[in-house]
Amino acid sequence: MPTIDDTAAEGLPPALAEIRDDFLALPVKERLQLLLEFSRELPALPERYAEHPDLLERVEECQAPVYVFVELDEAEVVQVFATAPEQAPTTRGFASIVVQGLSGLTREQVLAVPDDYPLTIGLTEAVSPLRIRGMMGLLGRVKRQVRAAAGASAGA
Amino acid sequence: MSIGIDPSPKFAAYAHPERLVSGEWLQEHLGEAGLVVVESDEDVLLYETGHIPGAVKIDWHTDLNDPVTRDYIDGAAFARLVGEKGIARDTTVVIYGDKSNWWAAYALWVFSLFGHEDVRLLDGGRDKWIAEGRPITTEVPAPEPVDYPAVERDDSTLRAFRDDVRSAIGRIPLIDVRSPEEYVGDRTTAPAYPEEGTLRAGHIPTAQNVPWAKAAAEDQTFKPLEELQAIYRDGAGLAESDEVIAYCRIGERSSHTWFVLTHLLGYPKVRNYDGSWTEWGSAVAVPIVKGAEPGEAPGA
Repeated sequence: MPTIDDTAAEGLPPALAEIRDDFLALPVKERLQLLLEFSRELPALPERYAEHPDLLERVEECQAPVYVFVELDEAEVVQVFATAPEQAPTTRGFASIVVQGLSGLTREQVLAVPDDYPLTIGLTEAVSPLRIRGMMGLLGRVKRQVRAAAGASAGA
Repeated sequence: MSIGIDPSPKFAAYAHPERLVSGEWLQEHLGEAGLVVVESDEDVLLYETGHIPGAVKIDWHTDLNDPVTRDYIDGAAFARLVGEKGIARDTTVVIYGDKSNWWAAYALWVFSLFGHEDVRLLDGGRDKWIAEGRPITTEVPAPEPVDYPAVERDDSTLRAFRDDVRSAIGRIPLIDVRSPEEYVGDRTTAPAYPEEGTLRAGHIPTAQNVPWAKAAAEDQTFKPLEELQAIYRDGAGLAESDEVIAYCRIGERSSHTWFVLTHLLGYPKVRNYDGSWTEWGSAVAVPIVKGAEPGEAPGA
């Protein structure tokens, strides 16, 4: 197991840094609109998952049913897939941020993302701390799956 | 200057028919002076995806809860909040929302703490309105702010605190409206809901378990009077009670039950214990019962 580099944890991956800066640049009320845009951008699941919902893991920390799944390729580059109902735009927005912010990162980069990232993007006040906890759960699940996937491929 | 009531026969059977309106009634009255429609949802962004034309949004968490103390906003903050939405003291307020009006009922209960007189629910809430093909817009209204008086919140009539509940055990019927899993003590939050750090699981001794959603029909409307009577009067044995205290996890699901007991069945003194399980389940030295039976009052 390679150890997580402390300096890497401080330097946020560019996509996540950009998302955070975009939110922080807006007044609190407009941040909700940006989150809504994210919710609309959540990509549909690729067919292989759309037909196999059993492959997706339910995120218990979110109020709405949201499911995530990660894939790692041979170069240990991570792709994140997620789905959440249309009637739960906040949760969809969180999922979209996680998908857009983490997909394309390496395994190590994903594991180095600070667990409190959701608390730093200026949404706590706009959506309430209770709800932001759902996004923390989402991030935690992704990191756990990435860790487990790495372990599985090492053992194969 | 409040607006006439919805004469639907279904509502006429309830104790307080003036507390409900149908989609048909609301669509007819949209835009009328003296009426403000409020959307209140679990999801803080649902309103932005589309809402009833002219409706304003009030969020249970970011608007109605005090950001620091675990309490509701005070009279001055409430006056500011609703005044900005164009709601005057004599305005007819119709609230609707997602999930069978779960959160709309919570908002209605908070309006009632401030003694706002004419506040109603749209039967069936958001989903039924949309299912009926009624108009939806993403246009956010800019209401003319009005003066709303700063009224002190009345916490003594509709709200119960921990000590009230403690002294009610064995004396006043308690209704636990959470899921059976939470009631028996298998878990501390609703299935599929986030864990909120409650330390112990179970229920308050003597509380009957009547999950809130039993009062809601498939189409998210309230069930007809006879069915509600069968559930609460006969099923939970509230027949002769004047007083009832309802609780859940943070007081939201029990607001739905509070609405049913107060306005539909007409129980005269129903209080909502909003501290609910997140307080009771973490409080020191309060009695807790596990399992499917209500249990006895301590020392009984």
